Amino acid sequence: MNTDDLIAALAADNDTKATPLRRSFAVDVALGFTASAAFFFAFLGLRKTFFASLDDPRFLFKFVFTATMAASGLALALRLARPGAETGAAGRAVWLAPALLVAACGVELATVPADQWFARMIGQNAIHCLILVPFMALAPLAGLLLALRNGAPTDPHRAGAAAAFAASGLSATLYAMSCPDDSPFFLAVWYMLGTAIVVAVGWLAGGRLLRW
Amino acid sequence: MQDLQAQDREWSAAMRAALAGDAAAYARLLTGLTPFLRTLCRRSCARVGLATSEAEDAVQETLLAIHLKRHTWDSSQSLTPWIAAIARNKIIDAARRRGRRAETNIEDFEHVLAAPPETEHFEREQGRQDALRLLVQLTGKQREAIEAVSIRGESLRVAAVNLGVTEGALRVSVHRGLKTLAALYRKSNT
Repeated sequence: MNTDDLIAALAADNDTKATPLRRSFAVDVALGFTASAAFFFAFLGLRKTFFASLDDPRFLFKFVFTATMAASGLALALRLARPGAETGAAGRAVWLAPALLVAACGVELATVPADQWFARMIGQNAIHCLILVPFMALAPLAGLLLALRNGAPTDPHRAGAAAAFAASGLSATLYAMSCPDDSPFFLAVWYMLGTAIVVAVGWLAGGRLLRW
Repeated sequence: MQDLQAQDREWSAAMRAALAGDAAAYARLLTGLTPFLRTLCRRSCARVGLATSEAEDAVQETLLAIHLKRHTWDSSQSLTPWIAAIARNKIIDAARRRGRRAETNIEDFEHVLAAPPETEHFEREQGRQDALRLLVQLTGKQREAIEAVSIRGESLRVAAVNLGVTEGALRVSVHRGLKTLAALYRKSNT
């Protein structure tokens, strides 16, 4: 078959359309997140002090942080799914969540006596956090990788890492509702370590699964 | 520069029409893109140390990728950077598959657009070259379907009657066949 013939075949196939990117992202992420949320409410559940904590700025900051991670990771992954698209603001936005966390740690350093710093950083549930944040990120990560496969990422490693960052944000949002530790110090160590594990997995998985 | 922008506007408009269902505009767009893809692929192949005979393979692989991934183009943007990114990706893949060290500074697409296109005669010769050898690896139904609408140039309706299948079933076979071809390209020579 020569190139002119190939073009004839492609034109004949013009009516068969793939799912639009935004829709496949929305559907696959929703499915992945629902799976993790089902696991969360079945086995972990809200912490006892959840409703009493709703006016505690430390508790609320956890969700600002995790939601920022999820939103910025999603925006970047969607951008990276399109060949030739400039990452621009979306590329810089992934630094927003870490920057917020650094600022919050600064406030914590200024307002909490030095002898409590270490205890707040170690918290009560560090190992839990380190296992559950990566575990509950798996389903949203799978959904996002599927959505990226429908796209055409020209930098598969980076796209996988962005997807993993978003998945960690979604997973950490769930985990934060159960976790008793609210200090930014705890987030900076354990949430970030959990996220780093997921991002490494996403980077590797992206390189293997996102070729097209 | 003026010409490049006009060219891009024309291509972008054609792709919008294609996405809205205009198959004739789509065929014209792909035909119009091919000389530029060919120049780009030939120069890039030469640069990464591939035989120029491999260039037509790269052209076809790029056309297939453009087709199967056209929903990833954001129609509010211009088409040229999107095409260039796909072509670059496919050429790097082709070089990597053949064990060459892929250089990332594939020639800028704009350079190629600005260069005078090859002669019409040369284009016709290249267009006739048999490059998609992978067609023979397709299984029965997919191969029949693709041969009917490409080599024999039949419309879906006519081809469906000749093959004794419904138009819907033929449509599915053509689409699956194209996806299989793209997958075969990814695996070839590994």
